Amino acid sequence: MSSPLRGDGGAELLFNGVKKHPVTLPSQSEPWDMKQLLVWIQRNLLKERPELFVQGDSVRPGILVLINDADWELMGELDYQLQDQDNVVFISTLHGG
Amino acid sequence: MCQVDEDYRGEVERAAVPSVSKKCVKCKEAPAALVIRAGDAYCRLCFKDFFVHKFKAVLGKNRIIFPGEKVLLAVSGGPSSCSMLRQVQEGLSQKANKKLRFVPGIAYIDEGAAIGQSVEERQRTVAELQAVFQATGFPFYILPLEQVLDLPASVVATNPSPSEQPASAYKAAVGHFVETDGSNNFPTPQEPKKMLLPHVQESHTLQQLLGSVKTLTAREELLNTLRQHLLVHTARTEGYSKLMLGDSCTRLAVKLLTSISLGRGAQLAQDTGFSDSRYGDIILVRPMRDYSAKEIAYYNHLFTVPSVVIPSVDTKTVDKASIQRLTESFVTKLQADFPSTVSTIYRTSEKLQSACMKWSGAERCDRCLLCLCSLDTAVEEPSAFQATLLSDQLSGSKCLRGSAAETLRPNPGRPESPAPTGQCCSSAGGRDCGRPGSDGGCCSSAKLPETTRLKSLLCYSCALTIRDMSTVNHLPQYILSEAQRRQRRSQMREEISEFLLDDGDEGN
Repeated sequence: MSSPLRGDGGAELLFNGVKKHPVTLPSQSEPWDMKQLLVWIQRNLLKERPELFVQGDSVRPGILVLINDADWELMGELDYQLQDQDNVVFISTLHGG
Repeated sequence: MCQVDEDYRGEVERAAVPSVSKKCVKCKEAPAALVIRAGDAYCRLCFKDFFVHKFKAVLGKNRIIFPGEKVLLAVSGGPSSCSMLRQVQEGLSQKANKKLRFVPGIAYIDEGAAIGQSVEERQRTVAELQAVFQATGFPFYILPLEQVLDLPASVVATNPSPSEQPASAYKAAVGHFVETDGSNNFPTPQEPKKMLLPHVQESHTLQQLLGSVKTLTAREELLNTLRQHLLVHTARTEGYSKLMLGDSCTRLAVKLLTSISLGRGAQLAQDTGFSDSRYGDIILVRPMRDYSAKEIAYYNHLFTVPSVVIPSVDTKTVDKASIQRLTESFVTKLQADFPSTVSTIYRTSEKLQSACMKWSGAERCDRCLLCLCSLDTAVEEPSAFQATLLSDQLSGSKCLRGSAAETLRPNPGRPESPAPTGQCCSSAGGRDCGRPGSDGGCCSSAKLPETTRLKSLLCYSCALTIRDMSTVNHLPQYILSEAQRRQRRSQMREEISEFLLDDGDEGN
């Protein structure tokens, strides 16, 4: 299943400055949900300072997550199940003004 | 007294998670795309209208920007200020109904030296931003922070504030503008200027200055002050009368709490309010103070507002690195669970007003040397400020001893000539008075360490910032020379005070 990922607003600083990450998640029996995606990102993409991106199970407060340009709060946050070609964007709202 | 206000709904219990197929609360038709505040879900179009409308509303409600006026936009490259730039652009475009009517310019401060960026990195960032600015067609000024070293002392000199204009003046001005069709005032877009690279020596001096500050908190405060001075100076020299800052609601909520922690309680209204008139002729305006950081981020993403991520002194630092960072992390975390946190803090800040200081001739309103707010240190005996001075003195803190001896006297207006006893030598100790051959008595008033003398010219929080500096000699020349000027003035006033007529005598 492929899901293009994007980091913006300063979040890309934690991913080596690369904004777009086309990601192909390994297939598994149950569908991927956001919680698992975060674990996957932390393990495979996060280059430094994981605590600035992930906090416990969820993202750090201040990071806005958009799934297909819609707020993930409307989709169930961590419980949302990813579908193929879903566009996920992480925007840091803490940086800059 | 409890307020029946819908925004308090989310405070006690967690806001209920809206369901997936929630409709927009406004048009009730399109599927919702974003949750704002505590549970209000908006669709994309309604959100855009809401966003654009808020900008015009906040400017129209406050009626502080007159038509045809020149306004300088301070753009840092971050999301808030770039969003502000886009709103101004759209608001001025011909097709907007109720279009905005002022003449904008853009100022960007390149702080690369402060964060240790190489020249190539700085040039790269500046080139990116230059492309963005050129696309807008407004005149823009790229200012390396090193220019702060060359500012004239007039930046920190107290300026008389412009006379309060009656509300009717605004309406009259609008009417006049519409009649004369003032849209011809638009300045022509300038040709791309080659970026003036600051001299290596200047960058080094700036780094030395920032290096002499021991804590990150004080460094951020100092940077803030220098930044503001540079912006105000640019506005003055280029003929702008207003300065627009891009602080968002979230930023200002954090700033409010930080200011209280830093001892800036007396200046809260000016630091976080919509308009700030401490500089007299240049008025600072914060039109983005109604927008939360989330709204801005979403708008920028959806409507591709270009912004450039520039690291600052506290990027990637831990939570406890500075008071500002700590407060930001506190507010953001609280906001995640209680979505009305930021708006509650914001609403509190709206109720703050500066105490009106009358500008009568005899009673001069002394201003802080750095932040230019009214001094809050001339207080009577039983006050919290006196208590802190006393406890500092008793705990043997070196730096404050000199000024404590001065300010605890009944007449707090005497910055010069404290008791030139051995007290000075023991308090200053070490570095300054250590050298044996140093011009005779280092205890004489003229040779008092600069730190002590500066403190009497500063408000409480700026004095704390200075206290965190290992030496004040690296401060830019304009600050030091203005400090000397004020001290000489004050001394002179003391000397001729008995010959001055009191206001009360004039009737005789």
